[in-house]
Amino acid sequence: MRDPLNKTITTIQPSGIRKFFDVVHEMEGAISLGVGEPDFDTPWHIRDEGIYSLEKGRTHYTSNAGLKELKIEIDRFLTRHYGISYDYNHEIMVTVGGSEAIDAAMRAMLDPGDEVLIPQPSYVSYVPCAALAGGTPVIIELKAENEFRLTAEELLAAITPKTKLLVLPFPNNPTGAIMEKSDLEKIAEVVKEHDLFVLSDEIYSELTYLEHHVSIASLPGMWERTIVINGFSKSHAMTGWRLGYACGPRVIIEQMLKIHQYAIMCAPSTSQFAGVEALRNGDEDVAAMREEYNGRRRYLLHRFEEMGLSCFEPFGAFYMFPCIKEFGMTSDEFANELLKAQKLAVVPGTAFGDCGEGFVRISYAYSLESLKTAMDRLEAFVTELRSGK
Amino acid sequence: MREKILTFIEKNSRIDIKELAIVLGVDEASVLNELAQMEKEHIICGYHTLIDWDKAGIEKVTALIEVRVTPQRGMGFDKVAERIYNYPEVNSVYLISGGFDFMVTIEGKTLREVSQFVSDKLSPLDSVLSTKTNFILKKYKDHGTVMTEQPKDERIEM
Repeated sequence: MRDPLNKTITTIQPSGIRKFFDVVHEMEGAISLGVGEPDFDTPWHIRDEGIYSLEKGRTHYTSNAGLKELKIEIDRFLTRHYGISYDYNHEIMVTVGGSEAIDAAMRAMLDPGDEVLIPQPSYVSYVPCAALAGGTPVIIELKAENEFRLTAEELLAAITPKTKLLVLPFPNNPTGAIMEKSDLEKIAEVVKEHDLFVLSDEIYSELTYLEHHVSIASLPGMWERTIVINGFSKSHAMTGWRLGYACGPRVIIEQMLKIHQYAIMCAPSTSQFAGVEALRNGDEDVAAMREEYNGRRRYLLHRFEEMGLSCFEPFGAFYMFPCIKEFGMTSDEFANELLKAQKLAVVPGTAFGDCGEGFVRISYAYSLESLKTAMDRLEAFVTELRSGK
Repeated sequence: MREKILTFIEKNSRIDIKELAIVLGVDEASVLNELAQMEKEHIICGYHTLIDWDKAGIEKVTALIEVRVTPQRGMGFDKVAERIYNYPEVNSVYLISGGFDFMVTIEGKTLREVSQFVSDKLSPLDSVLSTKTNFILKKYKDHGTVMTEQPKDERIEM
């Protein structure tokens, strides 16, 4: 029989942490800090709007690009929060989560041989999406001493004549790093000088703890070079609704829309109706959740400090990325040993790229109570390691 | 800072002060100060415990009593309210807009105990015109807390 498979797909590894966490779930009394989604349920008024749409029988397709009301609200939201604006008719597309938008953007923009710059550690889907779109992923290794921000020097060093697209994953999963305006300005200069485009994945944009998030699309000359990807999963605790969006210049969105149209049709209608409510009346919910995350973030930082675990202060998302190099183990070994010794599960930094070696990701999308227990266990573990047992 | 402290301890009054300070990003001494000050000013009026008595297997009867009264000259409703809230059986007294004047909640061991309080103590008060007693049959949610089983964390690590 002939090989039934596509050559590229067979070279792609399945997401690595599944097996590890299957073990965790089977383990009595284990605590996981591995989840990458809010612990809050979707605010009730948003759920209610979804339910209401079902009761009204609004169970049909929407237009491919999404409900007009939703696209208008998306534009208003982006204008209100980040000072960027898009024509709802041609420059906004509602997708099945931010993930679909990443995939569609790559497929719409890349030709075989085009290089895509992907800073790591970062979310696991950029590399496979770039490869499946025929592009060549090129990794930029971010450094702890820069607080895992991307610098203009690192970017410059990675650019070749084939470079077309830069993925900008900030606020960052797994490091919690953010890019401030001054950081972005330097990146924008390089991007313009080398005629690159930017895929700015801003899914955690509402969860920053230093100052308001800045979108690179708001910088001079960058709007026309940037696809902004965002969504409802992290900001409004709506992961299961699978609702996101892409915004950008019409020339790109138009092509992305074709991919979406033929592969997906439209994002779930129920979710879209709920999304309208989220953007119209959800700012306060987001602020309350942000406040809650921020308290937990401070608590974890304090505990790390107490146990002498080195970690830069992350100002975004809901992750901490402490360094575990002092223990002379790989991230994988550390995670496995920690689970064995203390029944505490964290994600090895290497799940997010090779340069995540020496780090682990700790999510604080958990109640303060759980975090307390978890930190007690972590402290016991590192104390034991240091005592040379 | 007061609002932040209050918002937090309203949901969890048992939190360690040191931890509260860390979570709020302020120093411990100023949290202690604020708490003491707010206790003194009676902004913080107590640190009670929310109990599901049903689950504890202990019978309790709670009634919401709508009370219509004649306000007293010069004192308005306050004097009447005082007459009512001084009874230790009374849990809460609210002045209400609408069809009646006070909403009084009473907790007792049995239906009889509660109705006896209404007929022997509350109704005979001079300024009380009428009462309407509503017994609570089931508490679904109290003080912002749903009184049913907490759902399990079913999230998946992706």
